[in-house]
Amino acid sequence: MRQGGEKAAQFLFFLCACISVFSVVLICLFLLINGVPAIKNIGIENFLVGMQWKPLENLFGILPMMLGSIFVTGGAILVGVPLGILCAVYMTNFCPKPLYRMLKPAINLLAGVPSIVYGFWGLMVIVPIVRQLFGGSGKGILTASLLLGFMVLPTIIGVTETSLCAVPRTYYEGALALGATHERSVFFALLPAAKSGILAGVILSVGRVLGETMAVIMVAGNQAAMPQGITSGVRTMTANIAMEMAYASGLHKDALIATAAVLFLFILIINLCFTLLYEKTI
Amino acid sequence: MTYDNHKNYNRYSYKNKKDVSSLVLRFIVQAAAFVTISILVVIVAFILIKGIPNISRELFEWEYTIGNVSMMPSIINTMLMTLLTLLAAVPIGVGCAVYLAEYAKKGSRLVKLIRLTTQTLTGIPSIVYGLFGYLLFVITLKWGYSLLAGAFTLAIMVLPVIVCTTEEALLSVPDTFREGSFGLGAGRVRTIFHVVMPSAVPGILGGIILAVGRIVGETAALIFTAGTTAAVPGNLFSSARTLAVHMYCLLGEGFYTNQAYATAVILLVVVLGINGLAGWAAGKLKAK
Repeated sequence: MRQGGEKAAQFLFFLCACISVFSVVLICLFLLINGVPAIKNIGIENFLVGMQWKPLENLFGILPMMLGSIFVTGGAILVGVPLGILCAVYMTNFCPKPLYRMLKPAINLLAGVPSIVYGFWGLMVIVPIVRQLFGGSGKGILTASLLLGFMVLPTIIGVTETSLCAVPRTYYEGALALGATHERSVFFALLPAAKSGILAGVILSVGRVLGETMAVIMVAGNQAAMPQGITSGVRTMTANIAMEMAYASGLHKDALIATAAVLFLFILIINLCFTLLYEKTI
Repeated sequence: MTYDNHKNYNRYSYKNKKDVSSLVLRFIVQAAAFVTISILVVIVAFILIKGIPNISRELFEWEYTIGNVSMMPSIINTMLMTLLTLLAAVPIGVGCAVYLAEYAKKGSRLVKLIRLTTQTLTGIPSIVYGLFGYLLFVITLKWGYSLLAGAFTLAIMVLPVIVCTTEEALLSVPDTFREGSFGLGAGRVRTIFHVVMPSAVPGILGGIILAVGRIVGETAALIFTAGTTAAVPGNLFSSARTLAVHMYCLLGEGFYTNQAYATAVILLVVVLGINGLAGWAAGKLKAK
């Protein structure tokens, strides 16, 4: 009797553990079952490198959205990564302990702000500033990059901090012993030694930015056209799905699901890179 | 986690060596930290300053009407959604963590697969979850836009958070506890529920609080699963908007900016409060 109970419990826990595997399989299946026929129907070339997205005319090219996602992600990384790394360096090596105890929770809080609130803030603060400085609507690649760059700061700071602390202390002491100043030891001995961990953080942030939806909808302008310059409005893949899913039907809907499948593929590749890199460092 | 390098900072810094590049490096780092903190302060301060004057009693009326876009139904929906999601996610997540920490052979192929998929779930964008929830629950299972579809979608989304924190908490329970329990003749299940779990409760709670923070702040995964009806639902299969979705709808309609500010304040305070609580719980745990 008791043996049976133990066996049953183990099986139950095992089932719970399988749910995450099961979910991932289901997500893949649903995206592929609905997405792949649509891509076939549209033609893989027309879909992936088509420059026009006009659902009413049956034109489903997602290249503008892919480029939109890539540009916004690139911009956000340019904004967020240097700032985040430097901030993490400050926090680990320059910051007095009492200040650190205030900074760390504050940065963690920044991570918790819901993306819709970020988007709203971007809309109310960054958009008018960009409009004043560069003209136009103020919504576009630049605005989205700034906002998303701020959004990924906690991620970058967290991972950079962890990898900086994982570098053996002797590196730093060795540099000091050779006569380097504190600043130089940190920048030229510690930072290079932590670079694969930091790179993992950057990749993680790329995944975050690529998947961001609500904040980007508010500030990117959302024109489904090829990006023209850094202040021109763009639509990302995520925004494309979120904006049109509500009223899409037929092939249009399947094309949106196919967009999600492409996005999912991007994310899978990025996750894989992150896992490989991070496991190597820690 | 920090080095104590800041102590060396005065002893070995540029001050003693007249090194210009060190001075520059120090300045850059301080500027970056200053900018980061300013951004944080500006975001929170802006929302609070603009939002608090817009909070009025009418916004907490029980009924949502076009004249008065009350957020009360959405607040209630958010609580319902959180509760339902946790009901689905916590038992499964904790069960999964128990399997990983207590039963599975370390390094077996299955464990690797479970870890890989859990990590994959962490990385999936919320809009993809939303689309998946829409395809599976709303269309295939014919639930329509409903509280339940939203809750199940979110449950999958927060599963990795709960699994990771619970597993960490379980692994931090010393093996002597388990050995002692086995030695007294208890079986595995009894050991888990009566010895291991009670010591791991604070860690598990921390994970649940984190999950609540994500549920409350989530928008993209809910728009196409729980829908946007601004009323307290009569049953599990009716549509219901949470507070974050409510804010999205207000912004989409364009002329409710002031109410959106007020909603943003409530959302921000709730989520930051919840995250603060999680941080505090984690701190307590470490102190122990």
